[in-house]
Amino acid sequence: MNTLFEYTIRLADDSLILGHRMSEWCGHGPILEEDIALTNIALDLVGQATSFLAYAGETEGKKRDADALAFLRFDREYKNALLVEQPNGDFGMTMMRQFLFDAFRKPLFERLQHSSDKQLAAIAEKSLKETKYHLKHSSEWVIRLGDGTEESNGRIQDALNTLWRYTPDLFYADEVDQEMQQQGIAPDMAAVYADWNATVQHVFQEATIEIPSNNWKQTGGRKGLHSEHMGHILAELQYMQRAYPNMEW
Amino acid sequence: MVTEKDIWEYLEEVSDPEIPVLSIVDLGVLRAVKLDDENCHVTITPTYSGCPAMKMIEVQIIEKLQEKGLKNVTVDLVLSPAWTTDWLSESGRNKLREYGIAPPENEVDKSVLFAEPTVVPCPKCHSKNTKMVSQFGSTACKAHYTCNDCLEPFDYFKCLK
Repeated sequence: MNTLFEYTIRLADDSLILGHRMSEWCGHGPILEEDIALTNIALDLVGQATSFLAYAGETEGKKRDADALAFLRFDREYKNALLVEQPNGDFGMTMMRQFLFDAFRKPLFERLQHSSDKQLAAIAEKSLKETKYHLKHSSEWVIRLGDGTEESNGRIQDALNTLWRYTPDLFYADEVDQEMQQQGIAPDMAAVYADWNATVQHVFQEATIEIPSNNWKQTGGRKGLHSEHMGHILAELQYMQRAYPNMEW
Repeated sequence: MVTEKDIWEYLEEVSDPEIPVLSIVDLGVLRAVKLDDENCHVTITPTYSGCPAMKMIEVQIIEKLQEKGLKNVTVDLVLSPAWTTDWLSESGRNKLREYGIAPPENEVDKSVLFAEPTVVPCPKCHSKNTKMVSQFGSTACKAHYTCNDCLEPFDYFKCLK
């Protein structure tokens, strides 16, 4: 196995699939400003995905470019965490998913920008600046909704109850991570987890919502074992390239 | 004989397709020019990862330099060092203001939770009594503000460091 390819594709697919999910909000935001914000975030994520995928293609050496990797793989070949493929649900669900992810991505990129792999470091350095804006946006919404009305508090708490089980998948680490860490390419996930945990605890306290006591967890994304939603995402994401191979515009 | 300095001057004529008052030199998107016999290598960097203007900027650079008689032009995209609003030239800042877009204030809005957003003077009436409507504006690099005095809604080119 090409571990650098595998590691890079995991980073790429988190951005790609969440970027696609956020793009589904285009034209459906609760207010115009939020519609624009959600699609701005989608654009940043798809941009990050493009950088990661292009690099994954280079490291693989099979002449697959970013488009080929984005549009022409099968579901088991996508290595995103389960969290990012979960459906948008209501606005609270989308913001909770985004917050749990942003709080993970920021400490990850803060460390990955010092990676011994120059290109991954460059992509992380670039993406970190965008991720800070995303985290500010999503954490403020989680607090506003949680510490808002009875209705908004109930909805954001429901979102947390639904999504919490997918958070351990973000920190799943196997031999790929170990090897990358040994080479100084990947950061120590325990440190990333500690930062993530501090952020979510603080924000949930401000938001007056609680982490569910049920500790049941669902993992598998990094091995390509996805939830039932993944096939539906790919059907939409890949439709044009599958129906009209090699089309460009 | 064309020099690298000439090429920087030619590329002053290539504008950002989304903010046409700014050239790619003003914006700091043009990073390097290298002339090597007949070959010209141009290096650019995106403002944001998903900036949809990059492809068009690349095409415009090639067209502009071919129009000036350079035959072999290649454009490379680099991500590091990551673009920052510090690279926006002083003339670029003035052009933005005249165009109705507030240029970046020299601080990043990095507070995580509900801190007061950056004070941005209105590009029309210069009042500092403005409010942020949304952190995300009409393009990835802008936030959306409104002036409380003259009521002008305006874009703010947000600070990125």
